Amino acid sequence: MNTKNKIQNTISFAALFLLAAYTLAPILIVFMNSFKGRFFISDAPFELPTSETFVGIKNYFSGIEKTGFIKAFGYSLFITVFSVATVVFFTSMTAWAITRVKSKLSSFIYYMLVFSMIIPFQMVMFTMSKMANILHLDNPLGIIVLYLGFGAGLSVFIFSGFVKSIPLEIEEAAMMDGCNPLQLYFLVVFPVLQPVTVTVAILNTMWIWNDYLLPYLVIGNNYKTIPIAVQYLQGGYGSRDMGAMMACLVMAIIPIIIFYFTSQKSIIKGVTAGAVKG
Amino acid sequence: MHNMPKKYYALFTLPTIIAFAIAFLIPFLFGIYLSFTNFRTVTDTTWVGFSNYIRAFTGDNNFVHALWFTVRFAIVSLILINLVAFTLALLLTGGVKGTNFFRTIFFMPNLIGGIVLGYIWQLIINGILLNFGVDLTYSATYGFWGLVVLMNWQQAGYMMVIYIAAIQSIPTEMVEAAKIDGANGWQIIRNITIPMVMPAITICTFLTLTNSFKLFDQNLALTAGAPARESAMLALDIYTTFYGRVGYEGVGQAKAVVFSIIVAIIVILQMRLTRTREVER
Repeated sequence: MNTKNKIQNTISFAALFLLAAYTLAPILIVFMNSFKGRFFISDAPFELPTSETFVGIKNYFSGIEKTGFIKAFGYSLFITVFSVATVVFFTSMTAWAITRVKSKLSSFIYYMLVFSMIIPFQMVMFTMSKMANILHLDNPLGIIVLYLGFGAGLSVFIFSGFVKSIPLEIEEAAMMDGCNPLQLYFLVVFPVLQPVTVTVAILNTMWIWNDYLLPYLVIGNNYKTIPIAVQYLQGGYGSRDMGAMMACLVMAIIPIIIFYFTSQKSIIKGVTAGAVKG
Repeated sequence: MHNMPKKYYALFTLPTIIAFAIAFLIPFLFGIYLSFTNFRTVTDTTWVGFSNYIRAFTGDNNFVHALWFTVRFAIVSLILINLVAFTLALLLTGGVKGTNFFRTIFFMPNLIGGIVLGYIWQLIINGILLNFGVDLTYSATYGFWGLVVLMNWQQAGYMMVIYIAAIQSIPTEMVEAAKIDGANGWQIIRNITIPMVMPAITICTFLTLTNSFKLFDQNLALTAGAPARESAMLALDIYTTFYGRVGYEGVGQAKAVVFSIIVAIIVILQMRLTRTREVER
């Protein structure tokens, strides 16, 4: 029995090891190619750089120059950080109010928001980007409003689920002590929401950081985020600079990997919690 | 609660609701209206009834082709992703060394955005196809399987985490009792593990289904629909109809309405199924 288990475990380990290698390989291959000359990539993507094909970090310079990658990184960071903060701040307030105040209006708001989660972006992409133009939301600051509106569904849904599980007694006690709803919310309720705040923040960060179509349609002409910058390099088929492309892919992946390894546990937990509820 | 004064209620809900109206509600309602009109800009519209819907299905073959492509893709990736994810979860809950390390690695691709993923796999798949003298733009079959491989790589780790949580919540006494009764590994998986993780299977089934139906970024980056528009899925076909051809905006909007209805039906079906199951328990 024991030896059988050991053999089984060894086979499992070997299988997992191969699968892990398969998972990492595409990223490593892109990384390797980012150091090869632009004309040596498409023809032999699996070959290691040689003294003839190695170009050092030249691709990184041309990638940054061609796409304005540093700026793109800045826009992505700005939009993501402030949109996520805005979404968390306002949707948690809304979720608390509509969960605690039981009325027809509250449930109407709730079901409208939940309904929006179902509808794919293509349904509103044209009218939403026109709306953004008309209201002058077509800049990195204005797009935050769009993310609040479009992200409200999932975030309110997750927050309300959690608010329902908080015992009312705590809030009632604070009310007796003379708190007004604002004090009550910020001093008592918001701190209790902390675990689910992390979940909502992570889900929104992953969505907004990687989002392509919404920023492309709304601000893409003047402000390139990272996904827009990468797509921009594509250009016409065949004419694109593969070296710059590889370098940009690597530069796009690095921040995500750093983010992942600094808060891996809460990311996995948050993403799964969001999935199971959504 | 509590009778919250109206001005506080407004303070708590209005910012979200205004943003929601701007970003979703008004564009959504106006989008439905536009699907029944001919328009170049939102201010210059003429009512045309259902003709956009008819043109969407009969004007050319693109939409029907994209729908069929998407359905086939959704079914294939639904089966493959869940098989791979479930197998990984079984391997990782069997007490092997390095479980956490493997879990971290398998989950990672899920964080990388669709555009970046598309170009990573374009390099890899074109590199392999190079040996046969073709590339991804040669036939929609390559695009199809390329997308399947890409989505598997991205999503298997995500579904795996859901399956791991489900498997770990199975009471150990159950498995122990079965072992004492002489059940072998396969019998345990069939008669205990699979029935016990049914809720997770439902969740993952519908997650993969909706993800596949809504897929856009990966499709755009990997093949952009090439050759012609043969490897375009629904979302990409709608995008191309809107922005690729002047005079087709109404048709694009009509396609988007049909697309929304399809996705909504899938999601409502899922909510029904999970709810009845929760009642049973």
